[in-house]
Amino acid sequence: MRNRIALFSIFVVMAAFSLFGEARNQKERVERGKYLVSTMGCNDCHTPLTMGANGPEPDMSRMLTGHPESLVMPPPPSLPEGPWSTVVAATNTAWAGPWGVSFTANLTPDPETGLGNWTEKQFIDTMRTGRHLGIGRPILPPMPYFMIGAAHDDEIKAIFAYLKSLPPVKNKVPQPIEPVAAK
Amino acid sequence: MSNQSNFIAAALILAVALHAGVVGAEGTGLPAAVRAPERLSETGLYRDISNGTIAPRNLSFEPQYPLWTDGADKARWIRLPDGATIDVRNTDGWVFPVGTKLWKEFAFGGKKVETRMLWRARADQWVFASYVWNDAQDEAYLAPEVGIRNHAEIGGGARYSIPSQAECRSCHESGGTPVLGFNALQLSDERDLLAPHQKPLKATSLTISRLERFGLLYPRRPDLVENPPRIEARSPRERAVLGYLSANCGSCHNSRGPLAGLGLFLQHEIGLSSMGVDPALATSVDVAGQFVVPGTSRDGSRRVAPGAPQASALVYRMSSRRPSSQMPPLGTGVVDAKAVELIRAWIAEDLGAK
Repeated sequence: MRNRIALFSIFVVMAAFSLFGEARNQKERVERGKYLVSTMGCNDCHTPLTMGANGPEPDMSRMLTGHPESLVMPPPPSLPEGPWSTVVAATNTAWAGPWGVSFTANLTPDPETGLGNWTEKQFIDTMRTGRHLGIGRPILPPMPYFMIGAAHDDEIKAIFAYLKSLPPVKNKVPQPIEPVAAK
Repeated sequence: MSNQSNFIAAALILAVALHAGVVGAEGTGLPAAVRAPERLSETGLYRDISNGTIAPRNLSFEPQYPLWTDGADKARWIRLPDGATIDVRNTDGWVFPVGTKLWKEFAFGGKKVETRMLWRARADQWVFASYVWNDAQDEAYLAPEVGIRNHAEIGGGARYSIPSQAECRSCHESGGTPVLGFNALQLSDERDLLAPHQKPLKATSLTISRLERFGLLYPRRPDLVENPPRIEARSPRERAVLGYLSANCGSCHNSRGPLAGLGLFLQHEIGLSSMGVDPALATSVDVAGQFVVPGTSRDGSRRVAPGAPQASALVYRMSSRRPSSQMPPLGTGVVDAKAVELIRAWIAEDLGAK
């Protein structure tokens, strides 16, 4: 009987210890992800720029929410023959080039318009393969998925943990627009 | 020390060790992953690769709904270990014995370009390997893990790419089984004569009746011989469309894989189509998808718009080879014009008349 009580006590202590350890690990993972997101430049395109006193600066009230749904872009201007190839919206969230027009994604965990329904594996596979959800259409320029895909699994997991920890923001980003010459 | 103290001490040490990860399944005693041989000649496909003689114990087969690969001429073989059988208790989820190997060879203009091997090397490991043929056509070598983009000219300005390991896995690991072309529907003795690009059966091609006769199925399935699996559809054309979509799209667009959340279920399961509306039809016909066909309003665009191929994302995306809209998104750089025509006619005529 005393053995059982002792065993049960140990079990309870270890369970509490494990839970505490897991919470601590998760907190560290999110912190690590925050650091990686801020140093890898995710905000450069996924947080809309707005004109401030010091020139264009990220609108952190819309942090990582991608191209604003309310900003409906007109057709991109055509460029003259020559070395210029790409046109960018003032928000830095819409890019027009030979691939068509791409819009930066909502990285907050909103289930309908963001990463809310994504799994960690899908996120890792996306960064590794450069394909939507790891198996779909190619991720379009200028997303440097290969830079993040070159990171270690633990680092990509940390980025995902941080993104999932953000407050979800509903912002439906448009699908890419086909190149003008298409069809 | 008393017994009780010993017991508590041992339990504590074990608990701490478990917590610290010293004792556990990971990193202890598991054999390293099996690697594919460097040369195709070492895989057992050929008896003599220099003159192209296939080893006689490898059995050839022709799926009735072939996957489109830019018009490649394909040949396929399977090798089962001696005395082993395929577990077919689940008609839609055949389980292959450890040691099973399948090969698929891709040729353009009579020249072999690539041979892929799928090998169940261990109970917990399928090996995906891709071999690239040399100019002399007497050996093929293991491709790099990242594949080879634009490897070979295949006519009409198009080039053929050797897929990466990740691309192999994205199709083969997104459904219930990694083997896609060897199943009850694909090997049915009742062939769909309208299936695009179907090759005629050879006298030696494996079908369900031959598998059954050779005793390669467990348990015996005389029912699949007497009532060959077929897609129940409202017209012969719809049957061919559903078969094409199952083989070409269903490996990703199904209810089990990473894209299940899209709610587009094109993988055919035997028996389901006779139980009411086919899931492929229920999730596509007159259903609005995420993709809006350019030139069509959001309200007008449908995955399949009855009577209106021009408003159907299926037709638009199958007809595209632009990254932003192409379907399938990998494994092809040339539109399957024959299949697009079949599906266009189905949407315009079969569905338009209803």
